[in-house]
Amino acid sequence: MKPFIALVTRHRVLAVIAFLLVFPLIMPYSALAVNVLIFGLFAVGLNVLFGYTGLLSFGHAAFLGVGGYLTGISMLSFGLPWWLALPIGVIASALVGLVMGWLAIRTRGIYFSMVTLALAQCVYFIFYKAERWTGGENGLRGIKVEPVQMGGLTFDLLNPLTKYYFILAFVALALWFVSRLLASPFGAVMETIRENEKRAAACGFDVARSKLLAFVLSAAICGLAGGLRALHLSIVPIDSLHYLTSGQAIMMCLLGGMGTFFGPFVGAAAFLLIEEGATNFTSHWQLVTGVVFIVFVLFFPKGIWGSLLERMKRS
Amino acid sequence: MDINLFLLQLVTGLALGSVFVLLALGLSLIFGMLTVVNFAHGAYFMVGASIGAYLYGLTGQFWLSVVIVPIAVGVMGLLTERFLVRPLYGRGIDYPLLLTFGLSYVLVECVRIVFGIDGLQMGTPASLRGAVNIGVGQFPLYRLFLIVATALIVVALWLVIEKTRFGLIIRAGARDPEIVRILGVDISKVWLIVFAIGTGIAGLSGILAAPIRAVNPEMGIPVLAESFVVTVIGGMGSLVGAVVAGLLVGVVYSLTSLYAPDYAEMSIFALMALVLLVRPQGLFGRAGLMS
Repeated sequence: MKPFIALVTRHRVLAVIAFLLVFPLIMPYSALAVNVLIFGLFAVGLNVLFGYTGLLSFGHAAFLGVGGYLTGISMLSFGLPWWLALPIGVIASALVGLVMGWLAIRTRGIYFSMVTLALAQCVYFIFYKAERWTGGENGLRGIKVEPVQMGGLTFDLLNPLTKYYFILAFVALALWFVSRLLASPFGAVMETIRENEKRAAACGFDVARSKLLAFVLSAAICGLAGGLRALHLSIVPIDSLHYLTSGQAIMMCLLGGMGTFFGPFVGAAAFLLIEEGATNFTSHWQLVTGVVFIVFVLFFPKGIWGSLLERMKRS
Repeated sequence: MDINLFLLQLVTGLALGSVFVLLALGLSLIFGMLTVVNFAHGAYFMVGASIGAYLYGLTGQFWLSVVIVPIAVGVMGLLTERFLVRPLYGRGIDYPLLLTFGLSYVLVECVRIVFGIDGLQMGTPASLRGAVNIGVGQFPLYRLFLIVATALIVVALWLVIEKTRFGLIIRAGARDPEIVRILGVDISKVWLIVFAIGTGIAGLSGILAAPIRAVNPEMGIPVLAESFVVTVIGGMGSLVGAVVAGLLVGVVYSLTSLYAPDYAEMSIFALMALVLLVRPQGLFGRAGLMS
């Protein structure tokens, strides 16, 4: 087992992408696979902050939402093509992340979670009230995605499987970026802050600035997830800004294994499959998710992938 | 602008703020003692409102419901602390938070199963219906009752914490649980009771707010964010902060909804951002419990 783990760990981006390439084949239907991909990326973004920097943000729905809304608004109100709208969504998310992070890093620990939650709710109300641009309560509707022409090939995004691989290309890019980030000296600083903030400061690192940078990068990744989701759903539901959506990403991170590279995808798949499975039996699927989550917090805080990794390393 | 209208809206804000005060008190009490942020606080508020509305509908006895609800929700808090939160002590500050967040999902679903997804109606009790003249205009009696009831609860809590032996243990335990344990006090029992009191107050604020809010399984969701705003403004763990910030947030909300109704929801978050810029620890932060 050990050489396999070593191989997967060394080529973590390739390993994850290889898995995601065959993933739709083992899922009941492609739309679910697309959801796993998007929420997995959302959880990856949160994981940068929560798992690696040790900051538990309850406000990341703001970035998923802003990324989605700005991508959608750019296309709907300004008629921009998707390849221009998507980066606009990402940049907007990063900017909102800059403001929220700038306010939130003044606090630490539990305070940080509460402040990010409250600030995200503020963003929620802003988009809720700006009905002319965002559609208010009904969400942003009618985003049209034309077939995409790229290098002589045409991708029809109405075909779920084509859409999956189209989105996977962006996810792969983001994963490569995250992997480079984690391997960089800055990645080491992030983990140092998680382990011991005081020592990081004593070593001469600018803790506040590093936290802010981690926050903004994490926001940008979540913004990309939001933009892709807007293209996927053709609508941006107002719920995507709500703190309960932040909570979902946190649950996914923890279920999969926070601070692991592959964990967020495992978590997203587990969460969405539990939801899918439970809705077949009961309308009260949140009861199942809640109980599963509580059990994981109590008994498996390392999550599915984290526990597996640990077990394989030991054997 | 009519000055009477302004004053009337101000008092309305105090009534609204009273609910915030109670919510933040429970949250702050638990945090001050256990350094646990109860993310299920909004859910306990909702459970209190739901049980209260159900009991009131069943018996027609408002005062009986007001007594039973905090006890029932307090017992739920007792069980939560004993079986769910306690195993997590010493395992990092995020875990109780995550756990209570998961618990809020469970509580919301349980209420949906027991009381239905549409929620319940709770009318104003007969003895508190109508309006009274408070000098600047007619004011609903029930809202006046809210202000008075909150004041009484705050005074009672203050007396318990400041004047009783148990309160002494709470204050000491908030400052240094280790020493309190060395002195022979079973601190885990104190934590258990404080958690129960905190959730009990959340339940109580739920039933008190029930006649002026729509009672449904989702009502606790915005409440959690609001009570966080209040505790961040007031300063975590400070009971004085909870009272001042609760009333302040109520008044700001109510005055903004008079002058700029579109910005009412955002105003309290703007206030929080302002406090974070000027005093990140909150208005009364870093001070000990009840000081």
